[in-house]
Amino acid sequence: MLNPEEPYVLEESDGVMKVRTCAWSPPGDHPVGWGVVVTVKDNKILKVEGDPDHPITQGRLDVRNLSLDEVVYSKERLQSPMVRDRADRGKDAWKAVSWDEAYDLIESKIREVWEKWGAETIFTLTGTGRESTLYAPVYGPAICNTPNGASTYAFSGEACYGPRATITNYLLGAGVPEIDSAQYWEDRYDHPGYVVPKYIMVWGKDPLFSSPDGFFGPCIIDLIKRGSKIITVDPRLTWLGAKAEYHLQLRPGTDAAVGMGFLNVIISEGLYDKEFVDCWTYGFNELAEAVKEWTPERVQEVSWVDPEVLVGAARAFATNSPSTATWGVALDQSKASTQAAQCFLAICTICGYIDVPGGITITKPTSFIGQWRYDMMDVLDPEMAAKHIIDPDGKYSLFNAGAAMGGVQGDTLLNWLEGKWADREDYYKLRMCWIIGNNPLACMADQPQRWYEAMKDLEFIVVNDIFMTPTIMGLADVVLPLSTYVEHEGLVTPNYGRNQHFIGAMNKIIENPNTKSDLEILIDMGRRMRPELWEGMETPDKFFDAKLRENYGYGLDEVKAVPAKMAGYEYKKYEKGLLRADGKMGFQTSTGRIELWSPVLRNYGEQPLPYFEEPEFSHESKPELKEEFPLYYTTGGRHISMFHSEHRQADLTTRKLHPWPLVTLHPETAAQYGIQNGDWVEVTSPQGRMVQKASISLEVTPKFVHVEHAWWFPEQCGEAPNLYGVFKANANNLIPHESVSVTGYGAPYKNGICKIRKVANLEGDPFNGANA
Amino acid sequence: MEYAMLINHGLCFGCDSCKVSCMKEKNLPFEEPGITIQQIGPMKLDGKWEWDYVPVPTSLCDLCADRRAQGKKAACEQHCLSLVIEVLPVDQIGARMVELGGKKVSVFMP
Repeated sequence: MLNPEEPYVLEESDGVMKVRTCAWSPPGDHPVGWGVVVTVKDNKILKVEGDPDHPITQGRLDVRNLSLDEVVYSKERLQSPMVRDRADRGKDAWKAVSWDEAYDLIESKIREVWEKWGAETIFTLTGTGRESTLYAPVYGPAICNTPNGASTYAFSGEACYGPRATITNYLLGAGVPEIDSAQYWEDRYDHPGYVVPKYIMVWGKDPLFSSPDGFFGPCIIDLIKRGSKIITVDPRLTWLGAKAEYHLQLRPGTDAAVGMGFLNVIISEGLYDKEFVDCWTYGFNELAEAVKEWTPERVQEVSWVDPEVLVGAARAFATNSPSTATWGVALDQSKASTQAAQCFLAICTICGYIDVPGGITITKPTSFIGQWRYDMMDVLDPEMAAKHIIDPDGKYSLFNAGAAMGGVQGDTLLNWLEGKWADREDYYKLRMCWIIGNNPLACMADQPQRWYEAMKDLEFIVVNDIFMTPTIMGLADVVLPLSTYVEHEGLVTPNYGRNQHFIGAMNKIIENPNTKSDLEILIDMGRRMRPELWEGMETPDKFFDAKLRENYGYGLDEVKAVPAKMAGYEYKKYEKGLLRADGKMGFQTSTGRIELWSPVLRNYGEQPLPYFEEPEFSHESKPELKEEFPLYYTTGGRHISMFHSEHRQADLTTRKLHPWPLVTLHPETAAQYGIQNGDWVEVTSPQGRMVQKASISLEVTPKFVHVEHAWWFPEQCGEAPNLYGVFKANANNLIPHESVSVTGYGAPYKNGICKIRKVANLEGDPFNGANA
Repeated sequence: MEYAMLINHGLCFGCDSCKVSCMKEKNLPFEEPGITIQQIGPMKLDGKWEWDYVPVPTSLCDLCADRRAQGKKAACEQHCLSLVIEVLPVDQIGARMVELGGKKVSVFMP
């Protein structure tokens, strides 16, 4: 039980305690580490509030955390491990068992698979963003002894964060770039030496609503109040775009063309930071040559962006030093993700905004548990490690070379599961899957029905989660119920250690003995299967304490004693020998400079300089499809009350705030198709169809529609084939399989062509005069 | 002294934290909120985008008298992600409106 003497118990009277913690997940969130104060009595939550003493969130709190009690006490929550006969997959035929029974079953199945088919026939899947991101990659090597785990997703082109993190690693030799919002210091914007950025460029991102990866989005509002102006690059007009000085409203998937045009303005007009470019970059002349043909008019032809807006934005950004920029998942979600990301980093670099006050913060690539999850892949013996699944035809150079984030490339995995290479001698059938922090049928899987079919016949499937999901109902044999972030010990590591401005203690506030965290399950099962790896780390507390001392020289107590243990920041580290492992000046790249011309990319069969490639499905690349599919679509805008496929249960405030998936249409488009607000609309791409409700708005232009991602309906029948309606409104039905770059990164989740029509209901039945 | 709610609504992006924190503070059902959010736009006015949200307290709002008596901010004032809500004595309101730039600032006495 909670000890009132703990430093994070702020007040105690008559058994009522106010307890501080730092939020991550479950339920879903990114590692923003919202400062939270929970009022509890007799192990029961009375209220959840923001923590005014937290240096980043400063008392503010979002609707998901404010209504956390509804998730913790939801009657729909998983309250016990459950098992189901393999023959009953898809049926609501679950039987509650104890944790020991569930662990015994999983252990015996793993040993059976090892003996019959080999450990390599086990694979693990993880999601992105949740706390499990840190621990799921370790389940494969350290429990199952398989090389087919690590950061593996049921996800075409690994199209979230991995591409951006990897390209940053190659070009800058650093983690990921982040807006300098004085986030590293307790005194924030008042810190001596801090400068407010003059412009903030927000590219392919809506951070006020998503607060992604460790960036607290409302910092942008703080900076606007202090004088920052905004540039947005987005097909949609976002609220921030409406407030921006410049809004570059581009055709979905043409970011690289816009990026090259932006660079061309800055370079041809001589607006870049010549001293920084001379001293610290490699390949500038080649870059200048490569972008020369991208005049504002050429950019407009390809991307629809108004030349005046492009030129104005590029001039404003380059000539107002310091300015800063941030990039979103849109830059991972096109085939040309690498090229778009190269352009973004090159813009920030040649303007001289890297690692300066009011510019862009960077740090060494990984630290702490971020590094540990990679180190743990080395526990496999070389013979087993060599069985790691790669594309047997030699595609996807990064993944074949082990240079990506260690997982199995998502498109390769689906092909493998479907038996594409079954005739090859080195092919082996996959037998078991453990899904940690992911609901792929609802959220990540391109062509979700194909993934469902491909996984249906596996021998054994385990899933960890807090609620029943379509993925569990459709596929699992064992489900392990997770604890929420107020029911377990954890640490919040913003940006997963790749630009980590603080470490926050996630304190266990209430006991829920029926549930465990992803880390507890990892340790419990790890100690059963490979005890030698877990000496001295038998509990989460011991694990955290050991890892903190190893990396920072302080223990868990010091983190628990404060709202957030701030990291502090040193600017211009490249001048001080603080970025390279050898202590020399410069960047941790092969040339010691920021590589605008990338030798690493060339080694992996990619071009060293940015270029533009049409998306595979566009009116330019497939003119013969224009008549049938006259519109473009983009996907994935965030509603603030939901995290990917979570927070959808009907009794939650989060669902009441946003009850239906919405397809956003321009008023002209709506009029053309006879659609009114609230009508059901079917959107069909060359790959598939889905249905959502119409929302008519000027957020989009007449040329494209926007659809939401990750919808399912917990209130509907869960049994197969309906599976909570997961295939009905699913944006991923529209997405082509394996339309990815030569590296294996980047897939068109946010750009494609479509047709629309008004339908009668969510099932997509023809409209006959009355809506169901 | 009477108090009023001042909202620098030009920087409200409609996060709903005021609505939900109020609901939790006052134990109100979702359908009977203590504060609502009105949306204006997006639309083009004289060639420029206009897109605003204006939180409007209802008759259930008492400006969190209990919380303020304990030295805390009103629930919506504390949790607002944009930090644009302030509960102030009425004699300070005019000066504060001007200080905030004199544009898109609203005041309510619910």
